[in-house]
Amino acid sequence: MSSQTPVIQLKNVSKTFGEVRSLSDVSLEIYPGEIVGLLGDNGAGKSTLVKTIMGFHEPDAGGEIWFKGEKITDWSVAKARALGIETIYQERALCEQQPIWRNMFMGREVTKKFGLLDVKGMRAEASRLMSEHMGFTSTAVHPDNTVQTMSGGEKQGVAITRALYFDAELVILDEPTVGLSLSETKKTLDFIQSIKSSGRSAIFIDHNIFHIYPAVDRMIVLDRGKVAGIYNKSEITMDELIESMYRVARTGNLKEQK
Amino acid sequence: MSAEKDTTAPKSNAVRPPSFWRRFGLQLGIWSVGVVMWLAFVALAPSAFMHKGIYLAFASTTPIFALMAIPLTLVVITGEIDLSFPSIMALSTCAFSEAAQSGLSIWLSLVIGLALGFLCGLINGYLVTKFNLPSLVITIGTQFLFLGIDLAWTNGSGVDLTPAKYNTINKILVGRTFGGVANQFWWAVLVTILLWFLLNRTRFGSHVFLTGDNKISAQLMGVNIKRIKIFTFAILGACAALAGMIGSFEVSFFWPTMGGGLLLNSVAAVFLGGTSVFGGTGSVVGTFVGAFIIGAINAGIVAAGVNAFYTQIFFGLVIIVSVIMQAIISKRIKK
Ligand SMILES: Nc1ncnc2c1ncn2[C@@H]1O[C@H](COP(=O)(O)OP(=O)(O)OP(=O)(O)O)[C@@H](O)[C@H]1O
Ligand SMILES: [Mg+2]
Repeated sequence: MSSQTPVIQLKNVSKTFGEVRSLSDVSLEIYPGEIVGLLGDNGAGKSTLVKTIMGFHEPDAGGEIWFKGEKITDWSVAKARALGIETIYQERALCEQQPIWRNMFMGREVTKKFGLLDVKGMRAEASRLMSEHMGFTSTAVHPDNTVQTMSGGEKQGVAITRALYFDAELVILDEPTVGLSLSETKKTLDFIQSIKSSGRSAIFIDHNIFHIYPAVDRMIVLDRGKVAGIYNKSEITMDELIESMYRVARTGNLKEQK
Repeated sequence: MSAEKDTTAPKSNAVRPPSFWRRFGLQLGIWSVGVVMWLAFVALAPSAFMHKGIYLAFASTTPIFALMAIPLTLVVITGEIDLSFPSIMALSTCAFSEAAQSGLSIWLSLVIGLALGFLCGLINGYLVTKFNLPSLVITIGTQFLFLGIDLAWTNGSGVDLTPAKYNTINKILVGRTFGGVANQFWWAVLVTILLWFLLNRTRFGSHVFLTGDNKISAQLMGVNIKRIKIFTFAILGACAALAGMIGSFEVSFFWPTMGGGLLLNSVAAVFLGGTSVFGGTGSVVGTFVGAFIIGAINAGIVAAGVNAFYTQIFFGLVIIVSVIMQAIISKRIKK
């Protein structure tokens, strides 16, 4: 696997907010066709890492982001998305007063000739996606309805469906299953598998190890902004993983100190 | 994908579009304020309001601030405000008339005036986004700055716009067509249509709504909110320049102090038109209607034979009642 070029590679990425160092010297790579689980305590820096990969946060000087073997210099969210990275953010990133179709195509609106928006097309597409992919049938999910009246799970459905629509090479899911019903959770996990089977990659963040472990190929554990360990699934059982997660939380060390 | 659900789903649970009331309630509210007020005026002063003269008067005076209220709507939707546009109006018209006085061609002078208005807007937008400062404060500053430059430049004296070389532009901007309708009315209609398209049918417009709704979400999804804000200010600046020239040609004289008194009319028109004070939603058509409601109050009170001192009271009541009504309607709509 390591003979391939990573889809995305981080080299010594740090991120400091004033006094707070949320990421320090993070280096990692994600290869085509693999699902990587990202684990770590609350405040470990997972979401900060995601937003740095997306170009929302600029890494501190010295950190590098490489996309498919090329060093990226002027990284931005628009560029990351144009290159094929989509993210389901932990905060969902919706604009609640806007209709569903506008949220679905936020930042990547479809235009016709003369740069005019294809509103009709986007409405129809939003409606199709909501009913086909998420199976939502409640009255609130008409594409012209605003997001604010939807249920929490439905809102999340919009964010998930949005990431799925654009056929991204790398999909990042930051706690996508929080607040979802059993069946919606299963759909989301199935969606992650479908990313893998179509040869694309994903980064999957979830506090539920029973969701992460079966879904992923590798796991990266973050602790206080640092990479504390990287495991192939073959190297560690679920019980060992749970045990070492507790240990990290307590002591900051993955392995038992001898 | 979820065929197992469909057979059991109750019929009432089918996907329905939002109701007519939910979609158009707010706009309906504004229109009805206008209609009720108009009926009141017709009842109070039938002789004035059954005659077309008063409507022709509205059509010539209201567009001067409507032309700024309409683009101001975009600024307010992004969650910002501009208090400097009356000064931009005066400064860019000053540039136009000084350029024309100095012997430059009228058309070149026109372009200079519009470009200066656009530039002043860019400056506002740049200062607001670059230093992340409240636009309320920045534009109070630039309001003095732009007006000050205008006054220092002209030394406080105006420019006579009656000479024959201004005839053509005068006809285009403020001539009368279709039985005496002032051309500035058509300019206001044109600007409304153009900005409606910009707001509702382009990516830029979509990003205007997204920026004002939730700027973090918009940025996380790749919207360049700074660029969007800067351009809404710039569009307002250019429109203020147009309004300044129209206002000056209407009286065939450029007053360096023009624009005073238009600020609150424009701001009131935007909020009367249903644009949210908090950003994220709004309508240029609503602002257009709002501007004419405000124009009608000014003229209507006098025509109705009410002492002009009462205008302000009536004005205040209509604005307060309409805004409260909108708050109630929006709350109902959300439920
Ligand atoms: N914009 C910001 N400004 C200042 N500090 C921030 C900012 N964003 C994140 N942080 C800090 O960085 C640290 C990591 O936060 P982050 O959201 O990445 O954690 P996380 O691993 O996603 O946690 P959780 O599992 O709770 O979602 C926290 O201490 C947080 O307070
Ligand atoms: Mg997080």
